[in-house]
Amino acid sequence: MVAYLSAIGIVALIYALLALGLNLQFGLTRLVNFGVVAFFALGAYTSGLLSLQGVPLAACFVAAALLSALLALPIGLLSLRLRDDYLAIVTLGFSEAVRITIQQEEWLTKGVQGLPGLPRLFAGWGSPAADLAIFALLAAVVALVVAGTVRLARSPFGRLLRAIGDDEAALSALGKDPAWFKVQIFMLGAALFGLAGAFYAHFITFITPDQFIPLVTFYVWMGLVMGGTGSVRGALLGSVLLMVFLEGSRFVKDWVPGVSEVGMASLRLAAVGLALILVTLYRPHGIFGGRQP
Amino acid sequence: MTMLTVNTVTRRFGGFKAVDGVSLALAAGEILGIAGTNGAGKSTLFAAIAGQQPADEGEIRFDGHDITRLAPYRRARLGLVRTFQVPREFKSLTVHDNLMAAAPNPVGERLLNAFVPTRHLRAHEARLAEKADGILQFLNLARVRDVQAGGLSGGQKKLVELGRVLMLDPRCILLDEPFAGVNPVLIGEICDRVRQLNAQGIAFIVIEHHLQALKSLSGRMVVMDRGRILAEGDPQAVLDDPRVQEAYMGGVA
Repeated sequence: MVAYLSAIGIVALIYALLALGLNLQFGLTRLVNFGVVAFFALGAYTSGLLSLQGVPLAACFVAAALLSALLALPIGLLSLRLRDDYLAIVTLGFSEAVRITIQQEEWLTKGVQGLPGLPRLFAGWGSPAADLAIFALLAAVVALVVAGTVRLARSPFGRLLRAIGDDEAALSALGKDPAWFKVQIFMLGAALFGLAGAFYAHFITFITPDQFIPLVTFYVWMGLVMGGTGSVRGALLGSVLLMVFLEGSRFVKDWVPGVSEVGMASLRLAAVGLALILVTLYRPHGIFGGRQP
Repeated sequence: MTMLTVNTVTRRFGGFKAVDGVSLALAAGEILGIAGTNGAGKSTLFAAIAGQQPADEGEIRFDGHDITRLAPYRRARLGLVRTFQVPREFKSLTVHDNLMAAAPNPVGERLLNAFVPTRHLRAHEARLAEKADGILQFLNLARVRDVQAGGLSGGQKKLVELGRVLMLDPRCILLDEPFAGVNPVLIGEICDRVRQLNAQGIAFIVIEHHLQALKSLSGRMVVMDRGRILAEGDPQAVLDDPRVQEAYMGGVA
């Protein structure tokens, strides 16, 4: 039970990290990134592959964040030429391209067989202790990112990001070039996605390309939209609630008679859909609304 | 001394010439009024001068620089700024932050400085905040300092746009219909402020349909029609010009 609860908690925090990254890109700057999972996958595979070569885990995590940020550079540069819906489609396509590349380049990634036996974080600590330690570490990282985001949003840099989100052309008429700011925030968000990927890889210990489908991106979006875009509390609680619900509703099966395992999975998604509709109807700016830090 | 020169500038949209070989010059410290019917090409001319829709042909010089193909933000940095016909305030920012976002602040706006602002940077930020407050006072916006700009009235948004460009210490301001949707009291107020700023040496080009206000403000006036300049000169003389009355007011006024 402790193991299961901490597993839910860990996955929820990994999603919270993804949502915080997306909050920087979309919540503040209004960059529509539908390719979140691409950087998540890059982080997971970067860290996973390096760790299999015997690189210490701490270095793997740093490399995952850095490489994801680096690969966000060309996509960030693309975002300079594309507005909203076009950027959304390009990033979505990019994430599928990344997934299929991972699937095809067997010499590097073992293709569809995936990478089994990745070293687990705190592996030497025994079963419940290791999970709790991972949870605590993730919670600390999330707390750090939250504090950083709040600082960022209140800083002159954050003010400019919000101005870009409101009206980019008006900002450039005021002598500021939005380009470099957008690229930077794209890279910073991607670094968080990559870091989340590394945590995922070294918690699950077995990664395959089919774990990195666009649905992951949309879970992150759902969490952020339900919680409230542009609000740290929204990003955090929205994604945690979503994950706790998706994972935790497995238990509901025990109390609801006459629903099969498969039926329950569908029911779960239907409930998420319903919640999304209700939130957009009654809280159009998300549970925590507005664009305050 | 000429500050801004527009030399036979043309801007096309497809086969349509929105601005068709327009030439004009603006002296330092001058206020030039531009009038004309809807679709005469006034706002497109502004967009060509400020860079949102660069000229297809011709040349634009500001302060000795050829700015014809310069990015809009580079033109603004030279001291040539504009406001927009439909206000483009940063709606999720407060009025004060709208001005702060416009302040030239390349070091303070670095990503790393968001996390570790030094004492020096905080002092710089405080100076900018004080300057913004001074401008808000000047424009009678101090009352709405901490209101989200998206919630302001149309007239107040126009003032916020003016306040924003003032943060750049501009040398030339292009005002696109500063009086549209603004009540008469506020129109008088905006006129006063423009005159005061002009007295401090800032040159203006003002597009406006409100001819009385425009006439009283401008030292010289241009009337545009179908992408070309129809008449130019002393405001009263221009408005009395039969061609102007024919084109602009259907010969009625």
